[in-house]
Amino acid sequence: MKKVKGTGITSVIFSIVKYVSLIAASLVALIPVVVCVLTAFKTNEEYASTNVLEMPESFAYLENFKIALQKANMLKCFGNTAIVLVVVLIVSVLTGSMLAYVLNRFTFPGRGMVENLFLFASLLPGIAMQVTIFQIMYSLGLINHLYGYMIVLMGTDIISIYIFLQFFENLPVSLDESAIMDGCTYFGVFFKILFPLLKPAIMTSLVLKGVSVYNEYYASNLYLQQPELKTISTALYTFTGPYGNQYNYICAGVIITILPILIFFLVFQKQVYSGMASGAVKG
Amino acid sequence: MSNPKTNTQAEKQPFKVWFTSRKVQKRLVIFTFMFVPLLLLLTFTYIPFAKMVQFSFYNMKYLGERTFVGLKNYAEVFARKEIFGSLLVSLYYMAGGAVQLALALFFATMMVFKVRGESFFKATLFFPYLICGIAIGFIFKFFYARGFVLDTILQAFGMELENIPLWLQDQSINNISLAATSVWRYTGQNVILFLGAMMSVDTDLYEAASLDGANRWQQFRYIILPSIKSIIVLNLILCISGCLSAFEPPYVITNGTMGTGTYFVIMNRIAHENQRVGLACAMAIVLLALIIICTVAQKLFFKYVFTDGNSDESKAAVKRRKQEEKMRKKAMKGGAAS
Repeated sequence: MKKVKGTGITSVIFSIVKYVSLIAASLVALIPVVVCVLTAFKTNEEYASTNVLEMPESFAYLENFKIALQKANMLKCFGNTAIVLVVVLIVSVLTGSMLAYVLNRFTFPGRGMVENLFLFASLLPGIAMQVTIFQIMYSLGLINHLYGYMIVLMGTDIISIYIFLQFFENLPVSLDESAIMDGCTYFGVFFKILFPLLKPAIMTSLVLKGVSVYNEYYASNLYLQQPELKTISTALYTFTGPYGNQYNYICAGVIITILPILIFFLVFQKQVYSGMASGAVKG
Repeated sequence: MSNPKTNTQAEKQPFKVWFTSRKVQKRLVIFTFMFVPLLLLLTFTYIPFAKMVQFSFYNMKYLGERTFVGLKNYAEVFARKEIFGSLLVSLYYMAGGAVQLALALFFATMMVFKVRGESFFKATLFFPYLICGIAIGFIFKFFYARGFVLDTILQAFGMELENIPLWLQDQSINNISLAATSVWRYTGQNVILFLGAMMSVDTDLYEAASLDGANRWQQFRYIILPSIKSIIVLNLILCISGCLSAFEPPYVITNGTMGTGTYFVIMNRIAHENQRVGLACAMAIVLLALIIICTVAQKLFFKYVFTDGNSDESKAAVKRRKQEEKMRKKAMKGGAAS
């Protein structure tokens, strides 16, 4: 492992600095969340009497989670989030890859303009735009419908288009050409030949879009105002009201919303990392 | 559309028939594949954008009458202390952004030299990025609340409670507390990005350098840093526009009180609580202008600093250049074919 010769002492010092700083950083990253976990398992009396850093009496005390689930109607909200996630992900992968196919493989008048329209859209400040998007949603009668919310989320998908565009760059055009020679239609080329090859790009865009949809708060709060339509992040926000200072309930709610994404992260760690890297470098 | 099946017998048909049917098919595929995304883009991005520009010249609420006021809204954006001051608040987030990038650079460098438990460190540093903004808000509201997490930790180190500032109420410190939550959230993501860039540096370079007796600092300074220069600059600029649009920490943790309202928090309040839609639209346009300035700066930077293809070129830049070459070739091919 150590190929560096000589200077034994400096390399020892370097190792110490390395591990001490990394452990300190992990502690800083973990403590706020870990304290939440501890607090979520405390009874009201324990919460009032014990120090926040103390262990709860037992990790079998699940009352806070029950209350959090019930009061914020979280199960229902998980259901809504799940429906939204599935539909939005399927549609945005399909539309994103199809659009990228057209933009990458064909030359036609106005292609450059379409590309620029999508690029410029990524600059528009999201939350600010909601003031006028709200009016349009209202006039289309899309407020307080899950499908209305889904349509808004589908419409702002620039990152996945970009990822697909990049991926198509590296798929040889000769593939399409030979398929066409063999009598395949353009639709056939896309669905039978190219789409299956897009798998890595699809994974990347699913990861990025999935995380952003799961965590989306602002549009959900604006367009889904009825309690039974709320998504998970909006449900969490309701804790600002009645339980403003009951942090044992709030922490339970926080843990409930984090848990699915933690499991997802542990399973798909590699894809998440590579997705973040390719999503962020969109300059 | 005349005979869509002709291309199955393409070779037997005259060239012209084959060509037209292919062309028709091409148009059909272009139209159907672009229809939905373009429709969505127009309805939910460009029409609202046009309306936003229009509204910014009016004094109006969501409902009811509107009066044309010209540039008065824009004048108000710069004149109102509350609004202009919120741009100064984003300076705290920018300072936070600088700290975050520096930390990320440090940790990524630490991890590029072999570390035991690398995947553990990577995962713990990165995970905050995946937590939703509202949850992060609650976590830190609890973290900073008087007598709760941070105060308890500091007391464990021997500080007296009365010497500890009120993290969220004390105006000299509350914006720092809030910006720190952004540092907590995004540092890991930057570590992953930098690490990715550093990994793409040829490892032979490190070995050669260490054989030549270069120490870690020299390896960092003369090998790593130049190779990832472009991604650092890219992140710096992305970070600036991210800081201008900071929203969730002040919105959830302090609701923008005590001088912690960032531009978006104020805009949100003006649009939805005060219902001054015109003013909010003008604010949005001013922000957009700032973001465009940042983006143009970024483009110019990349254009003038990374075009001459010297050895400092990062992998991303090399990739981009290769892609451009490929596109050029393809375009030539396409031109020859038709």
